[in-house]
Amino acid sequence: MMLAIKLAWSQTLSLWRAGALRVLVFALVLAVAAITAVSFFTQRIESALNQQGSLLIGGDLAVVSDHPIPQALIDSAVTQKISTTRTYEFPSMVMRGESSQLVEIKAIEANFPLRGHLTIAQHAGDIGQSVQSAPQSGEVWIEPRLATLLDVKVGDQLEVGERSLVVTAILLREPSRGGNMFSFAPRLMMNARDLATTKLIQYGSRVKYQLLLASTPENINDYSVQAKPKLSRGESIDDVRNARPEIKTALDKAQQFLGLSAMVSVVLAMVAMLLSSLPYIKQSLTTFALMRCFGAQQATVLQILTIQTLIIALLSALLGALLGFIAQMGLAQLAGSLFVETLPPTSFAPVLIGICASIGMMIAVVLPHAWQMRNLSAMNILRLDTLMLPLSAQAKFLPAALMMVLMIFWQAHDMNIALFTIVAMLGLSLVVLGFIYVLTFLVQRFLISTPRTKLLASVSLGIQDLKRRLGLSTVQMIGFCMGLMVIMLLTLIRGDLIRNWQASLPADAPNRFVINIQPDQIDSVSQFFTAQHIKDAAIFPMVRARLVSKNKQLIKTVEWQDERAKRLAEREFNLSWAAEMQSDNKLIAGRWWPSQDYGRPLISLEEGLAKSLNIKLGDELQFDVAGSPLTLTVSSLRKVEWDTMRANFFAVTPPGVLDQFTASHISSFHLPIGAENSLNQLIKQYPNLTVIDIAALMQQVRSIMQRMSQAVEYVFAFSLLVGVAVLYASLVATREERVKEATLMRVFGASRQQVSVAYIAEFACIGIISALVASIAANFLAYYISVGVLDIPFEFNLSVMLIGIVIATVVIPAAAWLGLRGFLNIPPRQLLNSI
Amino acid sequence: MQQPPLIQAQDLHYEITNHDNQIRILSGLNLSVAKGDQIAIIGSSGSGKSTLLSMLAGLDIPTSGSVQIRGSAFSSLNEDGRAAVRAADMGFVFQSFQLLPALTALENVMLPLQLKSHAAAERLSLEALDKVGLSHRVQHYPKQLSGGEQQRVAIARAFATQPSILFADEPTGNLDSTTGQMIIELLFNMNQEAGTTLVLVTHDIQLANRCKRLFKLDAGVLREVTPS
Repeated sequence: MMLAIKLAWSQTLSLWRAGALRVLVFALVLAVAAITAVSFFTQRIESALNQQGSLLIGGDLAVVSDHPIPQALIDSAVTQKISTTRTYEFPSMVMRGESSQLVEIKAIEANFPLRGHLTIAQHAGDIGQSVQSAPQSGEVWIEPRLATLLDVKVGDQLEVGERSLVVTAILLREPSRGGNMFSFAPRLMMNARDLATTKLIQYGSRVKYQLLLASTPENINDYSVQAKPKLSRGESIDDVRNARPEIKTALDKAQQFLGLSAMVSVVLAMVAMLLSSLPYIKQSLTTFALMRCFGAQQATVLQILTIQTLIIALLSALLGALLGFIAQMGLAQLAGSLFVETLPPTSFAPVLIGICASIGMMIAVVLPHAWQMRNLSAMNILRLDTLMLPLSAQAKFLPAALMMVLMIFWQAHDMNIALFTIVAMLGLSLVVLGFIYVLTFLVQRFLISTPRTKLLASVSLGIQDLKRRLGLSTVQMIGFCMGLMVIMLLTLIRGDLIRNWQASLPADAPNRFVINIQPDQIDSVSQFFTAQHIKDAAIFPMVRARLVSKNKQLIKTVEWQDERAKRLAEREFNLSWAAEMQSDNKLIAGRWWPSQDYGRPLISLEEGLAKSLNIKLGDELQFDVAGSPLTLTVSSLRKVEWDTMRANFFAVTPPGVLDQFTASHISSFHLPIGAENSLNQLIKQYPNLTVIDIAALMQQVRSIMQRMSQAVEYVFAFSLLVGVAVLYASLVATREERVKEATLMRVFGASRQQVSVAYIAEFACIGIISALVASIAANFLAYYISVGVLDIPFEFNLSVMLIGIVIATVVIPAAAWLGLRGFLNIPPRQLLNSI
Repeated sequence: MQQPPLIQAQDLHYEITNHDNQIRILSGLNLSVAKGDQIAIIGSSGSGKSTLLSMLAGLDIPTSGSVQIRGSAFSSLNEDGRAAVRAADMGFVFQSFQLLPALTALENVMLPLQLKSHAAAERLSLEALDKVGLSHRVQHYPKQLSGGEQQRVAIARAFATQPSILFADEPTGNLDSTTGQMIIELLFNMNQEAGTTLVLVTHDIQLANRCKRLFKLDAGVLREVTPS
């Protein structure tokens, strides 16, 4: 055994020195790097969620509710000697002089957090100190972002609702905050005792009420078991295993997407490995044949091959994992803070995953050759018969193909997505094949049958080479296609889609929403609109209600398979009323109520909502409005243009139906430039009003999208690198053949220019076809995403397509030509001797 | 005025350096080949026959001395200049056939014609394959052909361009004697028919004797011997 290891090691070294392993190892290292980078990254976020679950919650268990926590739940915790603390989170406006800013207020009790610490400082740049307490009454702590936005420092006053509170610290870290993706406005933390006097929580305010608990695991478990059956609608329990379900869902999606991106690299890398394994196998086999001649046993030779395979897989895996580790730091920098505030250090489990993947890939590539070697004589191997005939090409590539499919399923985490990926790749191959056939047909038709120049003759030779090496050309093109497609798609989505959407909005489209308008404030708000010459700014009433049953059948949220339906059934509806239908609504079923129907229990629903919840015209819906039942019959369905940015409602009733319930009001309007101060005056007058600046919100969305797409681009940079590896590997794999071809062409009198033209033509076609297919696919996908998913107008972008094609058409042939150029300067005789 | 010889080699030297040792392959060699000549160069293995053929065909350049074709400088041309002369005037048959495995028999024969952007590449190639008796195998790939058939494709490829000079380097070296004999007949018949000048390198004395002139290369020196 020791001898086998020694021989395997020395052989691996000499193969490396001879250059037979370089492309193979390069591809393997890149594949492992892509897998481990994604794995390191997602695993860090996961462990943040798992290990820091209680920190993320701020306790061991949280009862979350959209209404004040029932006293019974608090009492039973107290009896069980469980520590408790309450928090209140809601968006609101704060003022500093004439400026206002939307913030996410968190009002906490003195003993918050029950688990973990907050980090506060006097200045944003300080290291800060850990505290386990709340701001004193009359004080607030603010995030550095808010300090910058309002130009506030410690000691300054901020108007929070009807109170003026002093900033006593900059809040540097709040473990329970989550990442950027979940926090659109900066945080302001205040003492819960001040909440009432700010008068910020009014009817219709959306507040997240939380009761945090901490105790021994047994106590917590007992409490959780007892409390669960007592929960009513709108209440839920988050424990450490399920801390922050919204982050977990986002992470699952990200993991799936990044996993698939890494998968593209893995599939391409395996292709590169298959191609580059041929010179490696050929050299290994020669050595093995000689060993057999010198008397080595079949078993010994196989043992050496196995050890050699493992050495290559292991070393490549370690190198790849190191690269993956470095790469994940970039990924964490780009996207980590979108999920959680700070990431814990990584564990080394992904290295194991990388090693397993590496060994799997190596075995899949080498196995068929090892299998062939079993029954071959030394003479067979010396004559390299193995590489010529015995196994069919399909059998040679079968284990590798199986391994690719296996890895796609493994990384996709979802049967449908994995199948879709495989079908999409096959589809892409078919399209590429189609292009090759059309191109070679056209060349045959027009270049060969018509009188030509020498130059055209060379071009035609090059293009026909595409068809001669059909499999290889297709694989190369798919490699480039994938990389280019993703980059083009992201360019289209990141830049164009958002720009198009914004451009499609009229200049006077609403740019501000005001919510929480109380009935006695309507007149003042209307006066503000008139004074600022703001037209079309209707103020709509809103009554919060819960859907209880449909046609006397209880709506149970657990029944909904569809995530959107489940969310809709769970959430509180804002019922509004109107005499006239809004101008941006379109009636698609039933009829709008005439004046004689005012006061009748009817309801008009948005069609998407009705479809998701399977509600039809004539259905009887029962709502719970602040404890009172309200039964309404569906009399019409409307299509709503949500992207007009106007206030719109899923559910509307005729006037007079909701009169007995308390309503808050909402309005959307276009604030003219320069009118910000007057708006601030209005907020000062009515601090409970919450103004949402849509432009600022859009900016936030765009910056998140920017960082997410950067993260994806980052992972796909691996694909492009592996694409280059595929190109290089295919050049290496076909080098002998190409050199022979070039040499013979030169023997028959072809000039170096003619030979170069043939190559450049071949690879220019590879570049053009991949870029063309990539840009068509990217535009299709962008069209689907914009029209089908985001519902924003799509504009075909020719420039991205042309730039992609030009770059691919120049870079790919240039790279290929550089690889073969050296041979053109060697006298043909020397090459003839060597081939 | 007297026409210059078709091929004229003057004072050809060729040396290679191997681990600081100078190895002399050709030393001051002269040769003149007239149009329509059939010459054979014989010599033992490693005597430099194939090297000489490469110099004459411009596949490599001598260390010193010159090769002229029809009185014009040839060996002093650059690689592309020599390639142009090869394209216009020369055909080749190699010991190891040198067919491209990815091309069919027809495509192999067409290749030199295509490089010249010959309008009738396909027709001429089919005719050439017909002459070597392979019209039924035009779509076959080299690996589907026997050694003799592969060499016939190579001969068809050499004659399809109607070269004025045909260089043949051990054309029967990789074939059994019966097949080799067949190939020789074919080569000489086609050569006669086309009036091509033949430069043949071989160690087979019988084959060499079929040529009009016979040269022996020994220790880098060439001398003409009388065919027996």
